[in-house]
Amino acid sequence: MTARVHLDHDHVRRLLRQMIRIRHFESKCVELYQAQKILGFLHLYDGEEAVSVGVMEALTAEDAVVATYREHGQAIARGIGMDALMAEMLGKQQGCCRGRGGSMHIFDRKTRFYGGNAIVGGGLPLAVGVALGDKMRGRNTLTACFFGDGAVDEGEFHESMNLAALWRLPLLFVCENNLYAMGMALERAEAQTDLAVKAAAYRMPAVTVDGMDVVAVERAARNAVEEIRAGGGPQFIECRTYRFRAHSMFDAQLYRSREEIQAWREKGPIVRFQSWLVKNGLIHEEEVRAIEAEADAEIDRAVAFAEAGTLEPVEDLERFVTMDAVPA
Amino acid sequence: MSAPITYREACRQALRDALSSDPRTFLMGEDIGRYGGCYAVTKGLLEEFGEERVRDTPLSESAYVGAGIGAAMVGMRPIVEIMTVNFSLLALDQIVNNAATIPHMSGGQFAVPLVIRISTGAGRRVAAQHSHSLEGWYAHIPGLRILAPAVLEDARYMLAAALRDPNPVLIFEHVMLYNNEGELDSAVTGVDIEHAKVRRPGTDVSVIAYGNGLIKALAAADAMAAEGISAEVIDLRVLRPLDAPTLLASIAKTRRCVIVDEGWKSGSLAAEIGMRIAEEAFFDLDAPLRRVCGAEVPMPYAAHLEDAALPQPADIAAAARGLVRPA
Repeated sequence: MTARVHLDHDHVRRLLRQMIRIRHFESKCVELYQAQKILGFLHLYDGEEAVSVGVMEALTAEDAVVATYREHGQAIARGIGMDALMAEMLGKQQGCCRGRGGSMHIFDRKTRFYGGNAIVGGGLPLAVGVALGDKMRGRNTLTACFFGDGAVDEGEFHESMNLAALWRLPLLFVCENNLYAMGMALERAEAQTDLAVKAAAYRMPAVTVDGMDVVAVERAARNAVEEIRAGGGPQFIECRTYRFRAHSMFDAQLYRSREEIQAWREKGPIVRFQSWLVKNGLIHEEEVRAIEAEADAEIDRAVAFAEAGTLEPVEDLERFVTMDAVPA
Repeated sequence: MSAPITYREACRQALRDALSSDPRTFLMGEDIGRYGGCYAVTKGLLEEFGEERVRDTPLSESAYVGAGIGAAMVGMRPIVEIMTVNFSLLALDQIVNNAATIPHMSGGQFAVPLVIRISTGAGRRVAAQHSHSLEGWYAHIPGLRILAPAVLEDARYMLAAALRDPNPVLIFEHVMLYNNEGELDSAVTGVDIEHAKVRRPGTDVSVIAYGNGLIKALAAADAMAAEGISAEVIDLRVLRPLDAPTLLASIAKTRRCVIVDEGWKSGSLAAEIGMRIAEEAFFDLDAPLRRVCGAEVPMPYAAHLEDAALPQPADIAAAARGLVRPA
């Protein structure tokens, strides 16, 4: 099955715009981090934008998403508003999790975004359950579960892949292989570095795509989603990508060279897509500038919203530790 | 009164009720279906409710507990069985890092109405990887409710109450209770999962116990009665959140307290209970607090060693006697 990706103007503009929104949002986050307005860990998606943007194109609003602690990209591409996101980054009451989750734990009920999981591999069993629950409730939806190459080392990955395949659950496993699990290079961690082979061991259809090519990711996701919706059970996509920045803000990056980072930057998902579009007359430079300006204005508004936000009262510290009711 | 049933059968009736009354419920666990359950609790339910709702899982504790969490978050009411508490450690990540955190971490956007049944405790000569009492660890975790049914009514009705709770509930069934038999009071149609319960009133000393420890505490109270000591035996039942008022009210009356806990003494649930009492009822006490806990060893296989490692009625009686009639 080969799903078609129609590269008309509106479509390519949307792909580029989403990647730019993510990149610029995170650049602002770095500034706010340096200004000590964002605290704790901040894991940037810089370089990996094509993965979440490409995959989200293949989902509907009824589908579910499970992500990792490096999930600003998924959150924005999924459609969580920047206001609520930025307010969460600043620990404000108006944040999507009322300041209790922060950068690593973005949740959003409206868009069926089930976290933001900061235990490597911890989101996979949960995603199995979301897919199982939806299936048992008779919903014709699927769950997209994002994780990194590090998660592949975890037992939870293997348990979840097996269970999903065994029960033929509507689940799309998206491995964002950025070549490093924090500082641990893939070839230093994996006896088998071809990750799609691991999925094949669970008799799960698997493909490897260039994760720096948003169209290739979208096409692979559409193919997989089509087959999952047809009842074919789970699928696995490995997106080969690269993280341009440090693992978190505390990382001196002793494990890789500047030259390596630079070489990857040159084939980055935005610069590559954008120059291809311009070269082929699918978009004009001025329009790109306009998209950037529009994104920056949106981000400025989000920062203003977050800065003006209020703090959760300390008296509510223990609120939501247990729930009084299941939210409707 | 109705015909006598076992604790196991009471658990099974509770599961059958849940499956019959709410289409959102389903069971997951290792060998719960075709095998009939490691302790035969789920025997017959696969035939009655089918594979969709009684799901045999691979030996993947983390995956199926996590699957229970995810399914609960999208509107199902899963009941997950973990064969024995030592195996639950393989699912600890999902229980502690997901089930217990997500409601709070998500700012109240998601609840995790999941029930996990876990068998616990020693006495079956199955040594150090199948016999521990780790429920006290789980009682440390905010966000979880921890239950320990000891009597038939609780085995029969705690599950329904747990399923009504919007939060994750862990039910610990002590393996030595499954064969206990008795008559289920037909007047009882439900139990609360909030309160400890006085199972035997007394005036001289309060004995706080749960699970199989309760059965031993009641035996100790019988022995003490023959000596003229009136022990009040309290079934803790709810290990988290602790029902301090019931405990404190008893101590205000008896002024002495023994805490029974099959778990290891250091850092135990008994330690937490003792400290609560020390903080809140110090001046009510006429004697030091006492604990009767499991010996601090991995559970040995040999029968005489296992028996020696566990709180026994004689140990409980000796501790209580020492408070009421100090030498």
